[in-house]
Amino acid sequence: MTLDLRPKPGAAPWSKRLIRHMWMELRLLSRQGEQLMITVFVPLLGLVLGSRAGSVLDTAEPLALIFPGIIALAIVSMAFTSLAIGTGFERRYGVLKHLGATPLSPQGLVWGKALAIVVAEIIQGILLFTAAVILGWRALPGTPWWAFLCLVLLATMAFAGFALLLAGAFRAEITLALANLLFVLALAFGGLILPSDRLPSVLAPLVAYSPTGAIGDGLRTVLLDGSIPWLQMVVLAAWAVVTTVACVRWFRWE
Amino acid sequence: MARLLVVPRAAVEVDNLSMTYRKANSELIAVDRLSITMNVGEITSILGPNGAGKTSTIEACEGFRKPTSGKITVFGLDPIKDAPQLRPRVGVMLQEGGAWLGVRAGELLRYVASLHAHPLPVNELLERLSMHDHQQTTFRRLSGGQRQRLSLAIAIVGRPELVFLDEPTAGMDPHARRETWEIIGELRAGGAAVVLSTHHMDEAQELSDRVYILNHGTLAASGTPVQLLRDAAEAQLVVEFGGAVNISRLELAIPELGSAEARASNSYHFAVQSTPALIADVASWCARHQFDLRSIRAEQPTLEERFLDLTKKVVR
Repeated sequence: MTLDLRPKPGAAPWSKRLIRHMWMELRLLSRQGEQLMITVFVPLLGLVLGSRAGSVLDTAEPLALIFPGIIALAIVSMAFTSLAIGTGFERRYGVLKHLGATPLSPQGLVWGKALAIVVAEIIQGILLFTAAVILGWRALPGTPWWAFLCLVLLATMAFAGFALLLAGAFRAEITLALANLLFVLALAFGGLILPSDRLPSVLAPLVAYSPTGAIGDGLRTVLLDGSIPWLQMVVLAAWAVVTTVACVRWFRWE
Repeated sequence: MARLLVVPRAAVEVDNLSMTYRKANSELIAVDRLSITMNVGEITSILGPNGAGKTSTIEACEGFRKPTSGKITVFGLDPIKDAPQLRPRVGVMLQEGGAWLGVRAGELLRYVASLHAHPLPVNELLERLSMHDHQQTTFRRLSGGQRQRLSLAIAIVGRPELVFLDEPTAGMDPHARRETWEIIGELRAGGAAVVLSTHHMDEAQELSDRVYILNHGTLAASGTPVQLLRDAAEAQLVVEFGGAVNISRLELAIPELGSAEARASNSYHFAVQSTPALIADVASWCARHQFDLRSIRAEQPTLEERFLDLTKKVVR
């Protein structure tokens, strides 16, 4: 068979490269059982169990109380845990280096990943809202949905920056261990599922200004009270700036 | 008829390149004021023992590492500053794959092809590299040789003008190796610049138009394979016998042979240029004296010997 090996170089258009990379990321994500476990099954399970745990949570409406926290949990699992572990191993296996040499470019890689996370979060959101509605959850009339989207976006940026910081600075195994450990800690003490003011008084103020506390409390303010969580939006925006700057400073491609 | 003088066009020019790394309190000089050129339409081999500075030099040309001092231009551009323009034009085959473990071979190649404007037809490329049956195999399950073939495909699928191949045939079976050599030859014939880093001297000797041998970060030798061998150690005459012989009798009888160096059992090397007359003398002397002569052959020095000679380890 004859192949025409004469040079004819050229990059595909930027938008095509970005979208092809996004698809690649999504396909790989969908194939990893352990990633789907923490990004999809754990939040769904939490939602179902939480909706039956009125007495444990000491509330008449366990589903309404737990739902915003489950969304926050889903965001952390996707934009932080899954991204950190995935990127850590990509760096370790030289994927980042290799793709950095293709027309995709390092910027394309980062934007393609960001797009993939947003699409994956939309899928998570559809699944969780559908499940919640089936379980009997109803949105408050006059919920400020723009504030909801704003919180999700800011939290995604803050956690993704944090994930890349871990993955870009530590060895893949250490990233794996840290990402899982922080996920469990955030779940238990991070103000994700339970409001930060329900935590021990020593922790409460700290957690309120942490990214996990801010997204948890912020989503509860939107979905439970129907008001706009200005404080949490500012806190998350600040974290987004800090982790992005740190990432640019400390991220190593190899 | 006027003679047409073709001046080779440089794809990569390395000018006075130094690369140093900080290691604890000491400074490691990986590349020391190196100047080399890699031309379009040629295969340039960079050879050297481990730690000679090959990878540092090549990765600096690829834009992965920043030179400590000196200048590199690729098609007249800066490999780091002008990376966006260069990436589509340069194909890179990394030594250790650089792929997701869960990706399927065909899927990965199609994805990389889609990043380019005029990629090679993926199916034909896979078939050419005998990878067609492994399209659905995940990278995790590919053998070393299959990973190498896939990496080669990734490096060339975008139809680059300049291809860096780092140990392209490591772990390949002899068939795949020949096929790879053919592809590398076709890339050159098509007008691409190919830069090869290899530990297989036969590969470098067979393929290269130009060879640079590095040692301790500096250039130990350079030239075409023919030039390098011309400067090499003397040719040898190898004489083999069917049983033990008293070789000094032969040495005394034909003084121009010089003194023998025993290599394998009953096999002797003489550092002498063989001529038909000399071979005839040796053969007839052996016949007359009942020496059980099995073979006489002239051995040309190989690039491997030249390489070993140039990069000799200093024994401390």
